[in-house]
Amino acid sequence: MNTSVNDAPQWHLQPEANRTLVTLSGDWIAQDGRVPDFPQSALKDIPPNEPVEFSTEHLGKWDTSLISFLWELMRDAREAHVELRIDTLPESAHKLLDLLPENPPQPPPPARHAFAPVAAVGQFTLDTLNEVGCVSEMGADAARGGIATALGRGMMRTVDLMSDLNAAGPAALLIVGVVNFLVGAILAFVGSVELHKFAADIYVASLVAIAMVREMSAVMTAIIMAGRTGGAYAARISTMQGNEEIDALQVFGIPVSNYLILPSVLALAFTMPLLYLYGCLIGMLGGFCVSYIMLHVSPLGYFHETLGALPLDQFTFGFIKSFVFGSFIGLTSCRIGLKAGRSAADVGIAATKAVVVGIVGVIALDAVFAVIANVIGI
Amino acid sequence: MNNQMPSTDDRPALITVNDLTLAFGPRVIQHDVSFQVKRGSIFAVMGGSGCGKSTLLKSMIGLLRPTGGTYKVEKDDYWAGDDASRIRIGRRFGVLFQSGALWSSMTVGENVALPMQMFTKLEAPVIRRLVELKLGLVGMLHAIDQYPSELSGGMRKRAGLARAMSLDPDILFFDEPSAGLDPITSARLDDLILNLRDGLGATIIIVSHELSSLFHIADDGIFLDAEQKTAIAHGSPTWLRDHCDDPMVHAFMHREQLDSSSSHGNG
Repeated sequence: MNTSVNDAPQWHLQPEANRTLVTLSGDWIAQDGRVPDFPQSALKDIPPNEPVEFSTEHLGKWDTSLISFLWELMRDAREAHVELRIDTLPESAHKLLDLLPENPPQPPPPARHAFAPVAAVGQFTLDTLNEVGCVSEMGADAARGGIATALGRGMMRTVDLMSDLNAAGPAALLIVGVVNFLVGAILAFVGSVELHKFAADIYVASLVAIAMVREMSAVMTAIIMAGRTGGAYAARISTMQGNEEIDALQVFGIPVSNYLILPSVLALAFTMPLLYLYGCLIGMLGGFCVSYIMLHVSPLGYFHETLGALPLDQFTFGFIKSFVFGSFIGLTSCRIGLKAGRSAADVGIAATKAVVVGIVGVIALDAVFAVIANVIGI
Repeated sequence: MNNQMPSTDDRPALITVNDLTLAFGPRVIQHDVSFQVKRGSIFAVMGGSGCGKSTLLKSMIGLLRPTGGTYKVEKDDYWAGDDASRIRIGRRFGVLFQSGALWSSMTVGENVALPMQMFTKLEAPVIRRLVELKLGLVGMLHAIDQYPSELSGGMRKRAGLARAMSLDPDILFFDEPSAGLDPITSARLDDLILNLRDGLGATIIIVSHELSSLFHIADDGIFLDAEQKTAIAHGSPTWLRDHCDDPMVHAFMHREQLDSSSSHGNG
């Protein structure tokens, strides 16, 4: 470190017979924060054909701040058509100046972002349709790959599927359990307040059961998995993109859809219905705990009421929903990872986007399912 | 055995490494490495792939604590001090990483500017001028507003060099500076390194096995061996090529296979 006190950098222009002398003195250290400016007007008075030379006898320590100053001086001299004898500088400074381009390039004009709402909406629509197409195509590819694998001709490794299954299934049990237990408990709380007025405490059981099985368990589990696994898929694939790992797969002719995407999507699509079932049971347990403690409902009564409230086709519907949610999260997050850029920042953007698209998409799909259920009367 | 270049250099030592031992857990990478780097020299750390060159560099720039020995920059023992003293000494370092290690969320210009914004009180226009200068020195001025992901490997490396010079450090560490560069760019980089040394008086430590470049620029060095796990020869690359009689060093410096009798036959 430069702990010693340095002399301030100075320059001085002095006309002499047949030449102009620039005297440089002091220490030119950029980190000291003292880099002198060179006013362009200083070269105005120099008659043409008279060279500018340098005197560096009193020059102390210097670093790139001197070179920066001289570079600027060179540019100004060229504009003023003044000859600059840089060979009168110390040889090392002369060498560094030789490395520099004559003119810095002009920065490109900033891109204009005109306000064009119609074009923006149009572009957004086209992009969205394009994405829907791409995701559907990927889904079709994955389905074909799945069939091929089932027939023993696929290019998916069982070990990949197993590790993805483990990451999406058993490893998620705790968080899915905690969230669904609390959701069930909250439903029981809210329900008990109203139902108690009608002395219909026992119906808390059917309220919790129907809400969990029809909506809450499937949606909550899907949201958790979108944040947990979808984000991870997008981050992993976009990091692979940045390391050229995806390129390497393509060059070998290993289809990305089979090798990478299929196990991820299958893992989510298979584990999601199981997690849904688990979430339902844990949610009902949460509801029972609240009813038992607060409303003093008997365990047998709660169990009986729950069974009575739940026809089996409610479960079928929930299974279908969570299978679709799982496939949707898997496909979109893989697609977002594949489409991401190659830098570290892009990995973050891809992970964020995968989570947002996953959550919003799951809720939107759930709304569609609600309409369908209404129409077919489940 | 003739493996130590006779010293004719009476410049003071800037960096003194004594019996440095580097290990990852129980696995020793290099042990008892000792050498001195003279002020203003270009010092080469040579050796085959996987011998621990980059590991030695890591411990010299503060990323890996050695398990034994001392590493001094002038009078300061780098690893004996606390974090604050390491940061203080580290301010004298500039490091060019193997693949540039540019921060990908910033443009090239912002990459070079960031250390100046963090550590100096320079005003924005002055920083801009210095950034232009440093990128100009490495021939990257045209890419000042581009992002690292838009650059080729060689361009990233040159931009990384400009960033390493950001705070005008007096000790520069280069990890494989010319690996992956075309011969012309590589020769240009060699000249640039020489000019930086001559112009700014920087001391430069290079980890490399690009022989042509090492012969051209380095004036001192050590040779690390993967088998013996220590430095087996000291001297400039040219001296090691011409005078060292260790078979490993000889083979390395002459691009021969270690068992030279059979390699001559195969051409």
